Amino acid sequence: MKLRDVKDILDAEVFIGEDCLDLEVKTAFGADLMSDVLAFAKAGSMLLTGLTNTQVVRTANVLDIAAIILVRGKKPSSDTIELARQLNIPLLSTKYILFETAGRLYEKGIVGCLQKVETNSVRN
Amino acid sequence: MCETNDNLYQESFTIEGGNFNNAGIVSTSIKSILKKLGIPNDIVRKSAIVSYEAEINVVSYAKQGVVNVTVKPGRVQIEVIDEGPGIPNIELAMQEGYSTADRRIREMGFGAGMGLCNIKNYSDDFHITSEVGKGTHLIMTIQTP
Repeated sequence: MKLRDVKDILDAEVFIGEDCLDLEVKTAFGADLMSDVLAFAKAGSMLLTGLTNTQVVRTANVLDIAAIILVRGKKPSSDTIELARQLNIPLLSTKYILFETAGRLYEKGIVGCLQKVETNSVRN
Repeated sequence: MCETNDNLYQESFTIEGGNFNNAGIVSTSIKSILKKLGIPNDIVRKSAIVSYEAEINVVSYAKQGVVNVTVKPGRVQIEVIDEGPGIPNIELAMQEGYSTADRRIREMGFGAGMGLCNIKNYSDDFHITSEVGKGTHLIMTIQTP
């Protein structure tokens, strides 16, 4: 689906990326721990998170994340918005909690960027 | 580092310890430089991930650090040398979940004892040495096709 559909499904506010809503997205990863995101999230996925500081954007940039969706009505700091603008990463916020956000997207066809972690997995 | 002849690219960056606002700036630069050099996306991504986790560690624990990025035929090498407290027990520090992180580190979304594991997992070759009271030295190598 397109990021525009994600915005509609989640009734989300767009902080950065109004011009990127035609971006095609298929997968997502949700976590508040950035080390987990770095360990498991795949390029091109959306990042669903409750963390709002600049490290979310840094992490998304490092991983080639397609878009950041802040959950639980979290608002990004002004530094976070500015960095997302600089690095050109769409930044949205939804009032749905993480579970609902994931469920609503999954119901419409978005899947996890991986299903299960492998023990002693070599990540790439 | 004396084998400079086959280096396609080399640059050094400085990381300021304790400056949480700037954490990640160096890795963002490294990523953008490697991308401009035409290095494949998955290699750029791995290099950026290991740099970022290492940068977070320097900001979190050390006084300062230096990152040397070297692109050689067949590999990207990222070396991170910090002046800091060092790691008394590397084997313990490498265990997933082991952490000495404080509140500020956890507020950034880190400090769960995964950094060194992530670095090791994304590197094709990883070396770590540390001296208590002096600092820590990491060498990460990512192979390129």
